[in-house]
Amino acid sequence: MTAGGTTLASALAGEAALVAGALAVLAFDLTGARNWAAGARWRAATTLGGVAVLVALTLVWRVGAAGPAAGGSFMLDALGTASRAGILVLAGLTLALTNGARRLRHPAEFVALVLLATTGLLVMAVAQQLLLAFLALELASLSLYVLAGFDRTRPESAEAGLKYFLLGGLSAAFLLFGFSLLYGLTGSIEFTAIAAGLAQPGLSPLLAVALVMILAAFGFKVAAAPFHLWAPDVYEGAPPVAAALVASASKLAGFTLLVRLLWPGLGAVAAGSGLPGWLPVVALISAASLLLGNFGALAQSNLRRLLAYSAIAHAGALLLGVMAAGAAGPGPLFYYAATYGLATVGAFGVVSVLDQAGVGPGITDLAGLHRRSPLLAGCLFVFVLSLAGIPPLAGFVGKFLVFAAALRLGGLHSPAGVLAFAAIFLSAVALYYYLGVLKAALVTATTPDQETCITVPVSAAVTLVAAALLLILLGLLPSALLGLFS
Amino acid sequence: MNALPCTIYVSFAGALLALLAGSRSATLARVVALATAVTALVMTLVAAVHFVPAAGLQTLVDRPWVDSLGVRYHLAVDGISLTLLVLTGIAATAGVLFSWNIGERTGEFFALFLALIGGVYGVFLSADAFVFFVFYEIAIVPKYFLVARWGSTNREYGAMKLVLYSFAGSALVLAGLLWAYAAGGGKSFAVSDLAAAALHFSRLQQLGMFGLIFLGFAVLAGMFPFHTWAPTGHVAAPTAASMLLAGVVMKLGAYGCLRVALPLFPVGFAYWQPVIGWLAVAGIVYAGVIALVQDDFKFVIGYSSVSHMGFVLLGLAAANVRAVSGAVLQMFSHGIIAGLLFAVVGRMVYERTHTRKLADLRKMALYRRLPFAAGVFVVAGLASMGLPGFSGFPAEFAILIGTWKTSPLWAAIAALGVLVAAAFTLRVIQVSFFGTVTATTEGPELPPLPPITLAERAGALLLIATTTLIGLKPDLLLDWIVPSLQSPMFQSVLKGGGS
Repeated sequence: MTAGGTTLASALAGEAALVAGALAVLAFDLTGARNWAAGARWRAATTLGGVAVLVALTLVWRVGAAGPAAGGSFMLDALGTASRAGILVLAGLTLALTNGARRLRHPAEFVALVLLATTGLLVMAVAQQLLLAFLALELASLSLYVLAGFDRTRPESAEAGLKYFLLGGLSAAFLLFGFSLLYGLTGSIEFTAIAAGLAQPGLSPLLAVALVMILAAFGFKVAAAPFHLWAPDVYEGAPPVAAALVASASKLAGFTLLVRLLWPGLGAVAAGSGLPGWLPVVALISAASLLLGNFGALAQSNLRRLLAYSAIAHAGALLLGVMAAGAAGPGPLFYYAATYGLATVGAFGVVSVLDQAGVGPGITDLAGLHRRSPLLAGCLFVFVLSLAGIPPLAGFVGKFLVFAAALRLGGLHSPAGVLAFAAIFLSAVALYYYLGVLKAALVTATTPDQETCITVPVSAAVTLVAAALLLILLGLLPSALLGLFS
Repeated sequence: MNALPCTIYVSFAGALLALLAGSRSATLARVVALATAVTALVMTLVAAVHFVPAAGLQTLVDRPWVDSLGVRYHLAVDGISLTLLVLTGIAATAGVLFSWNIGERTGEFFALFLALIGGVYGVFLSADAFVFFVFYEIAIVPKYFLVARWGSTNREYGAMKLVLYSFAGSALVLAGLLWAYAAGGGKSFAVSDLAAAALHFSRLQQLGMFGLIFLGFAVLAGMFPFHTWAPTGHVAAPTAASMLLAGVVMKLGAYGCLRVALPLFPVGFAYWQPVIGWLAVAGIVYAGVIALVQDDFKFVIGYSSVSHMGFVLLGLAAANVRAVSGAVLQMFSHGIIAGLLFAVVGRMVYERTHTRKLADLRKMALYRRLPFAAGVFVVAGLASMGLPGFSGFPAEFAILIGTWKTSPLWAAIAALGVLVAAAFTLRVIQVSFFGTVTATTEGPELPPLPPITLAERAGALLLIATTTLIGLKPDLLLDWIVPSLQSPMFQSVLKGGGS
């Protein structure tokens, strides 16, 4: 028990640092910073939060030997470490952007919720047990619901929070139901024991129900069609920094948990052909997301809604990575999810700065951005092109890795190969709407009432430039991330 | 020789510098752009002087890049790529000279221009299909902004159409490449390794992969009936971009067909060969006839580009050494001549008269008011018609002779296309510059037009000198090209055909 205790303590040191950070932020705001001006309170809260994230980052990086920890409740492998580090980097960037978000009141609560959500996401990335996975998911989700509804000056924010909460609660119910069926079938809540218990051919009806329930819940979590309906409203209504967290770190953690659950846990569910029984369902969800996301985005005139539909399309591509993870390992999936998250945080960061300056929400409102703020326009250029998958940016390499892995599953004879082809062709559709955004920002001339310059807070400027440079660097040297998995 | 990879880096660095310089002064940005283009051109020329023709690629750089995919950053050169590198250098330099007058957001213009050039250099130097594709896509995006921001007529539509066609083409290429990579076991993207793996593919796979990759590249090369982006895009583009688009970027497509599609899938090529040949012939004649009836000066040149690129595709379809060496020569030649034609239309004439309607130009007596432009256009027109003494002649001649050995019918119809080209070129020369030869009395009433600048003269002379030099001594390039076609890579698809 004592040995297990120390392992648990060292395995969860990063999470502990975040919780301590959250408490410290709240405590400091209640005591020391009580009578400070709003700007100083924001600075104090985000600085403390940033320190907590940095400490957590060093702790998860220096975690001990790879392998199961704390009696098999956690899996500390390359995927876990990389995913936790990725989540922390994305959360850190979100916090740095939050510093400029003066519209929100209650800085300490906001930062503390971001840290608590991140704690849940970190546990999701290493959970190896149904109950733990569910608890982590709920901790993250509940914090994110509140963050989505945090902007009390706008009714849209409250709507976003409520919608996210109601649909999220429903999906949690589905997940719990699916998990309980799994437990009933195998008598265990540990992924490895479940895999062993299910290692016989054939798909029992009860297991099929459990699978569908679980996939539906995860489909909601990662905004995959047809469980995507919340995404456009939440991305549009939530404060942009909260939306950034929902779209980036939360997605990375969701996909990490999904791939852990499906491959080692449920991978043995054979449907006669040697393929996992869940593959057709995931393929269907992926196809629906690719089609709906890309074609839905064509019709959008609001930048945030466009990003939401693009997120749905990317979820479809990421599900391809999930399908391919059994043969190709989690490397391509992680690279795609992490770099997608980076580009999305950047894009929402730009939205956030524009929001502060009263620009938006339409895509046409970006007109003349190249003149009003060359920095924002340049960063947006990098983020949007990375989302579109244009080399030499990281988004291109991610796309390439995932599609190559999917095609290697059996060429055009497997659903994954066909979907990879579909995704490649749909990327031409995607370029149309991405270029539409860049056209507004870089090509369209300013109208007289837009002549004023947009001031970008220093912290936001540094964060955005850092994210853009990181996307370029990771695109030029993808082995820096992929090397973690070899 | 080892300086060649630096053409890529110099161009990208120049793009950044031009962007920074542009925020200070437009002139500085122009100077940076010109210095960059000339530096890269000198590098290619120095490499050309030291080049020893041989069969096969000569490696310049080869180091691991993305280990998990087996991708290597492998740059190499042979006679074919060297020809096109020199073309890129010349076209880029001329392009900067002809866009000297860009006054709005000058830094950004030249940054995008040089980024495009850097991508083009990269494509011509790549020996790994992944690297090839990366540079190929880098060259796509700047086109959109160049056309959409600094273009004219219907520019946002033209830009979007241009980029979506290119990108859809590159999506087909990506699909085909990944398919071949996956089917070959997923070990390497080196063109030679892919070709070795492709020997074991089923016939159906070869047909499918070749179809995807060739079609994807051929869209960018302006193959009929997927050419419609070209005239619209070229017309909408600012002068330097039209020069580059028609002169160099369309060659990327043809080069991709030759460098990737043909050597990889000989079986697939054998199946599709008749289709490609007929489409090429159809493009030559169809685009020529359309050019004959245009009433917009720039559209005539736009369609003529499609017609001339048809010769390149025809040369590839004929698949013998003579025809293919002619096709490569035609790529070079058309790159120079199209640049010259677009320079006259877009920069010398349109920027001064603000019209491209042939009906309006007819009344302007331009031969007297812009004698230099008229002279350049006549020379360019003669070169474009394929008159001996200019580079178009040895190129189209070699293509026709080579094609005759494969299919006399194609050669006969394509020769008809040469006549059509003569017809539309003569018509446009006559209408646009010499429309009022008889009405000499009208002359004095017309206000003088701004004189031709020094930059324009320098650019025009550079291009004229190149087309004449190659016209008089095509062996300068053929001595590089023909040995390259003897490499084992091409032996599986090309028949001897009297080299």
